[in-house]
Amino acid sequence: MSYPDDRVYTSSHEWHLEQDGVVTLGLTSFAVDQLTDVTFVDLKPAGTQLDKGDALGEVESVKTTSDVYSAVGGEIIEVNQQVIDNPALLNEDAHGEGWLVKIKVSDASGLADCVDAATYEKEHAH
Amino acid sequence: MTATLIQSPLHELHTQHGGQMVDFAGWEMPLRYGSIIDEHNAVRTRGGVFDVSHMGRVAIKGRHARRLLEIACSRKIYDMEEGQCRYSLMCNERGGVKDDVLVYRHDSDDFLVVVNASNRVKILEHLAALVAERDLTCAIDDQTLSTAMIAVQGPKVMDFISGFSSEIPALKRYRFTTKNLMVMKVLVSRTGYTGENGVEAILPAKAVGMAMKLILKDVDLDAADAPVKLAGLGARDSLRLEAGMPLYGHELGEDINALASGLGFAISLDKMDDDRGEAFVGMEALRATRDAGGPERVLVGLKLEGKRVARGGAVVQASGADVGEVTSGCLSPTLGYPIAMAYVDRAQCEIGNGLVVSTGRAEIKSEVVAMPFYKAPKA
Repeated sequence: MSYPDDRVYTSSHEWHLEQDGVVTLGLTSFAVDQLTDVTFVDLKPAGTQLDKGDALGEVESVKTTSDVYSAVGGEIIEVNQQVIDNPALLNEDAHGEGWLVKIKVSDASGLADCVDAATYEKEHAH
Repeated sequence: MTATLIQSPLHELHTQHGGQMVDFAGWEMPLRYGSIIDEHNAVRTRGGVFDVSHMGRVAIKGRHARRLLEIACSRKIYDMEEGQCRYSLMCNERGGVKDDVLVYRHDSDDFLVVVNASNRVKILEHLAALVAERDLTCAIDDQTLSTAMIAVQGPKVMDFISGFSSEIPALKRYRFTTKNLMVMKVLVSRTGYTGENGVEAILPAKAVGMAMKLILKDVDLDAADAPVKLAGLGARDSLRLEAGMPLYGHELGEDINALASGLGFAISLDKMDDDRGEAFVGMEALRATRDAGGPERVLVGLKLEGKRVARGGAVVQASGADVGEVTSGCLSPTLGYPIAMAYVDRAQCEIGNGLVVSTGRAEIKSEVVAMPFYKAPKA
């Protein structure tokens, strides 16, 4: 498993990729692999205000249901309709096409608590 | 993973093929090798090979072997033929279910019982207690660790098996045969837990690795058109659920009345009326339940709207009132919609009845439907 080093990772297995004040957020391939086949994705709609640490949606798999959390505060400006229509995208490309939401960041302080790819991999990759 | 888990004789095969190993009733067994849904679909369209060595295999032999099973099992044993398997329940005195089992009759004094892994020790103790209490003469031999068990299931598996044997594809449902393959004894039955055509085989633990190599020698298990694919416990669960088959610990348990589980065919309340029959443990309680009009709640199948899954423990409601509880659920890979089994008040069990399932995250509209949810087309 490899983790892109252009982004940071939470201990709850979300990746955050910041570009020009917007964070694209998704689940790590490790988390998706643990979930097994994803069957349902529910995301809060564009326009939703999040505080850092808030849940922004849920992911259901064959085995379990999990909340997805944001490390940043801000407004959801886009949700990935493709992953809602085809949840298997998460299993196929968790770090790319399987992104979940884009957030216009108003509170980036939580990113400091995230870890880089190498650290995340050391802690979670098997 | 703790060191105390029992490994299957096929452990190496699982790890070689990327099996994600999990603790299942004290056994280290493969949950899946890749995608659970792919494994599920392979079994519905072609074939799957499951290692089910964790299931308990208990031989019962001797003068009173049949009587012991007659007393322990809810179903008639006396009218079984040699070479026949029969699904049955073993109940407790209250009419709850100690286990659901498959009885194999070799001869009038020679039986095999396949029990759930989670209940193996309990059933061994239960049978030993019945032997002592009724002063029976028979030997109970737990062969679980000295044997292995595999299930080969799917619409194409009989074609595949006909490459090895002409006798096995000719077996009728719930019949078995014992073959001597080279130097090992193999028991093959036309049984399964997926709703598909197929067989289950029991063979010596020491020989199963070699046997699997022989069976799979021309098969590329990772090829998209492979006649069979390795399938794990995850697919086994969604397959049995689509097929409307109960799972011990979910639909069956010590505190769930056997008559509530939709398994009436496996409960013979008149068993002792025949002179070869015998009252079974729990029969009096079950007769009392029947005479009182039946159990308060019964098992139903639910078809849910949307794509969300209701899992065990979700509450079933009608007009805002709690009327039941989900025991198992999944997004059916074959049907494309969520299905669930639930115990509901008898007044709510009519096919077509609309019920709401509350998961704690969502309230989902559902409808009572007939089980099995999915029936394989006739070959």
